[in-house]
Amino acid sequence: MPNDMQNDKKGAKRRELIKAAGAAGLLAAGGGLTNLSLAQSAKVKVGLMLPYTGTFAQLGVAIANGFKLAISEQGKTLAGREVEYVTLDDESDPPKGADRANQLVTRDKVDLLVGTVHSGVQMGIVKIVRESGVLHIIPNAGVEAATGQLCAPNIFRSSFANGQPAYPMGKVVADRGLKNVVTLAWRYGAGEESVAGFKDSFLKGGGKIVKELWLPFPNVEFQSLLTEIASLKPDAVFVFFAGGGAAKFLTDWKAAGLKGRIPLFGTGFLTEGVLEAVGDAAEGIETTLHYGDGIDTPKNRAFRLAYAKAFKLQPDVYAVQGYDAGLLFAAGMKAVKGDISKKKEIIAAMRAATIDSPRGKVTMSKSQNPIQDMYLRKVVGQENRVTGVAMKALDYPPSGTCKMPA
Amino acid sequence: MIFPDAFLPYLEPAVDFPTFLIQLLNGVQYGLLLFLIASGLTLIFGIMGIINLAHGSFYMLGAYLAFSLTEGLGSLWLALPAGIVLSVLFGLALEWLVIQRLYARDHLYQVLLTYGLILVFEELRSILWGDDVHGVKVPELLAASISLTDNLNYPVYRLAMSGVCLVLALGLWWVLRRTKLGMIIRAGSVNRDMVQSLGIDITLIYRIVFAAGLALAAFAGMLAAPTSSVFPGMGNQVLIICFVVVVIGGIGSVQGAMIGAILIGLVDTFGKVLTLEVAGFQLLPQLSGVTVYLMMAVILLWRPEGLFGSRGR
Amino acid sequence: MSAAAPGRRAPVAGVAVLLVCLAALLLMPLGVDKFYVQLVTKMMIMAVFAMSLDLLIGFTGLVSFGHAAYFGVAGYVLAYAAPQYQAASLWVSLPLAMAVSGLLALVIGLFVLRTSGVYFIMVTLAFAQMLYFVFHDTKLAGGTDGVYIYVRPDAALGEWAGGWKPFDLENFVHLYYVVLVLLVLTWIFLRRVIDSPFGRVIAGIKVNEPRMRSLGYATFRYKLASFVIAGTLAGMAGYFAAAQFGFVNPDMLGWHLSGSAIMMVILGGMGTLGGAALGAFMMMLLELLFQGLTKHWQLLMGGSIVGVALLLPHGLLGTVAAWWGRRVAAKDSERTDG
Repeated sequence: MPNDMQNDKKGAKRRELIKAAGAAGLLAAGGGLTNLSLAQSAKVKVGLMLPYTGTFAQLGVAIANGFKLAISEQGKTLAGREVEYVTLDDESDPPKGADRANQLVTRDKVDLLVGTVHSGVQMGIVKIVRESGVLHIIPNAGVEAATGQLCAPNIFRSSFANGQPAYPMGKVVADRGLKNVVTLAWRYGAGEESVAGFKDSFLKGGGKIVKELWLPFPNVEFQSLLTEIASLKPDAVFVFFAGGGAAKFLTDWKAAGLKGRIPLFGTGFLTEGVLEAVGDAAEGIETTLHYGDGIDTPKNRAFRLAYAKAFKLQPDVYAVQGYDAGLLFAAGMKAVKGDISKKKEIIAAMRAATIDSPRGKVTMSKSQNPIQDMYLRKVVGQENRVTGVAMKALDYPPSGTCKMPA
Repeated sequence: MIFPDAFLPYLEPAVDFPTFLIQLLNGVQYGLLLFLIASGLTLIFGIMGIINLAHGSFYMLGAYLAFSLTEGLGSLWLALPAGIVLSVLFGLALEWLVIQRLYARDHLYQVLLTYGLILVFEELRSILWGDDVHGVKVPELLAASISLTDNLNYPVYRLAMSGVCLVLALGLWWVLRRTKLGMIIRAGSVNRDMVQSLGIDITLIYRIVFAAGLALAAFAGMLAAPTSSVFPGMGNQVLIICFVVVVIGGIGSVQGAMIGAILIGLVDTFGKVLTLEVAGFQLLPQLSGVTVYLMMAVILLWRPEGLFGSRGR
Repeated sequence: MSAAAPGRRAPVAGVAVLLVCLAALLLMPLGVDKFYVQLVTKMMIMAVFAMSLDLLIGFTGLVSFGHAAYFGVAGYVLAYAAPQYQAASLWVSLPLAMAVSGLLALVIGLFVLRTSGVYFIMVTLAFAQMLYFVFHDTKLAGGTDGVYIYVRPDAALGEWAGGWKPFDLENFVHLYYVVLVLLVLTWIFLRRVIDSPFGRVIAGIKVNEPRMRSLGYATFRYKLASFVIAGTLAGMAGYFAAAQFGFVNPDMLGWHLSGSAIMMVILGGMGTLGGAALGAFMMMLLELLFQGLTKHWQLLMGGSIVGVALLLPHGLLGTVAAWWGRRVAAKDSERTDG
């Protein structure tokens, strides 16, 4: 099955290449190109605009894998239509976001655009899909505006809004009677929205923020801030970091002797994909996220097995988000029996869909952001073990900022 | 009073004295680490006159070597010498293949070529090692930490790293100022042809200097790997700041790089924890990202050739 | 220099090639997909950007590693000038954006031009990074998320012209031709600058600044003027880049873009305006081509950059011009011999 997909992709690539080369030649000659654009095939074209190089390459690959797995599980075709993939590297480079999205929409004429990881690039994509009306699913980037002020009927998200995984943690910390908290995060979109989400529920629960500490993104020199935290002696600390920065933070936190003295909480990204790297520095740390490897449901077990078999890799939360993007699209396609031209009906079906996700049941909010359970997880050994549900069916942030045109 | 009160800068008093001292230590320690990374850059930059944007990639290479070799050989102590040998060999090869063609060229081509090398190395890293985050274990011997206050410890490994940086700085200074090789190198940096005509194989000297500079960056990466972890793009994070170190200190000056690095360490450290408000606008820590570059600009305007640079380069 | 020296003969052929290119650009939108029209629009915008940098690198001998700052700031000016969901007037916002970029270049230039060589490269970088962090770390204009420009600038003239609208930038073909006109105007303008007495002075500065100074030229002022012109033109490019896709982001001021711009200039051939423009076109075509070939396309991109730096020091155009020069010289000697 993965082989078929590979061939498919190569075929598509080759055609694109011919087009690009043709364009290069024709641009110089000033001739026409229309004869080269292929007649609209019966296939459904899915554009995967994801980071395939650079810091987020791993995430891009996991999302693409997850999406393709979901589609291939629908049988040979998707509601009677074959699926053709067009992949495009966005390099996580924001100035290229709108440009590349435009390439998929106007040149490749994709029916669905899936992407991306980086919030800055995402803003560029949202701009293009809002203008063109192309069906769009965000498989990771949490930038709240995408399903907030900038929401649109054709924009769905299968992952989370930045504040969403952080919001339940505020309640968890407040419920434990930890009153004085210091927050620490990178000063950029995801960091700021996460801290805001945490504060929202934490302050409601009667907590008090002693100090908000920030450092410039992607600076990883934490030592001075750890010293500051030690001297402030808060009851607990909430942080937002991810990837390499998270690994370094956890190592530094332990080395500074703060581990075990001051309880540390964060969103799940703090401990995703870094457990092997940090060893016991993460042991016992609790986070909230919409997924955990060890969710004990038949669906999750089946998903993990199928993913491992198809790609010889263990799936992670990003693979789940990609997978759910696939399921969401499949739900829309089934409702119209594969007739991609009925966009209104597809959107209506996707809005109404209940996705049987490895993370549990997921539905779409009014602003088309997932309504999902938020799990409380604890690092045990090399695993993010799910210890409970921090909040059930969480719809956050409130859809108030989204004025969805009818 | 020239300004009304509202326009007076408001600087939150630094916390208690012990905390201030610890922050000072943090700043110096970060500065020493920066020096370690930047030392190879100042060597290549100052002696060979090559702007090497790929310096960050060499740092990354070192970190990944430390990761693989520690896995393979079982300990960082074995990985360090093996990694140094490998990176010296790599440096010799790279100089022979590519860099030696740049000596006669304008800085512009050096910027361009080494910019291309960044892309190449980053992609090779992705092909060889994948895109995961990895960790390297701190060696048992240095895994302890010293307690500074009732709830803050200082890891011994960091202190050891600072020690290594100091030794290395002294070593570099000694080689360049007190040995015959150093004399030849310095002479070669001033007048390549003259040294050549004295019967010294300057090509070889340059090759050695480049390999040494690369190995220094890689060594910095290896040393930093246990504290910073190993991840894609880590080279780009340190690249620009290293340039700032070298340029502030004065290109080619080891003392300058040391002073520049410590200055940056302090500015970065205090920029993040102090609060500075002017006319109601929060400047610090809100704009702490700007501070280092601001300092660089100010220093270069005051001394266009850097703190310890010589005029006329 | 070797490329330019035998080149007094080249202009005839050069002009012919230029006219062919211009004709191709004029006719292109008639025959191709929207995407390619937009792509070439983008390429032409980057060509203006690259030419503005070439004035510094190729003609004044100033290697600026922070040229994206002026490009990006102009984009932000447009974002500020446009009330949300409404269009900013082109005739107000464009001059404003260019003025802000030019002013910024003037202020920064006053400082950075005190340094030279490697230090100049690094100080320009430092100032660009400072601006980058100002936009990145504050909420001035959307912080890291950047801001949208919902509607492209409005080209309608004022009351005196009865609100007449000569063209509509929302129409991608109109936008294409507007950018094409600007590209040609920029080329003509820079050509005239370079051929003027001023141009000869900056050329002299590039070769030997101390000599120019001892000849009595206030070289600092000439360099500053050049820096401001380049910054202003970069601002114009940045304005249209922001207008085209309606989105600005701090990374528009980042060092990656400054690096790419240098690459464009050298790839095409620095010190020749056409070369810089060609470099911008080539760079984006290469990106498109390599992306289609492999997942590890950055390896090919990096490899080509290394290759160009090593093998084509005069860039594509410079190399061709040198080859042409040799050929013409050979023919000449044949003629005189025979």
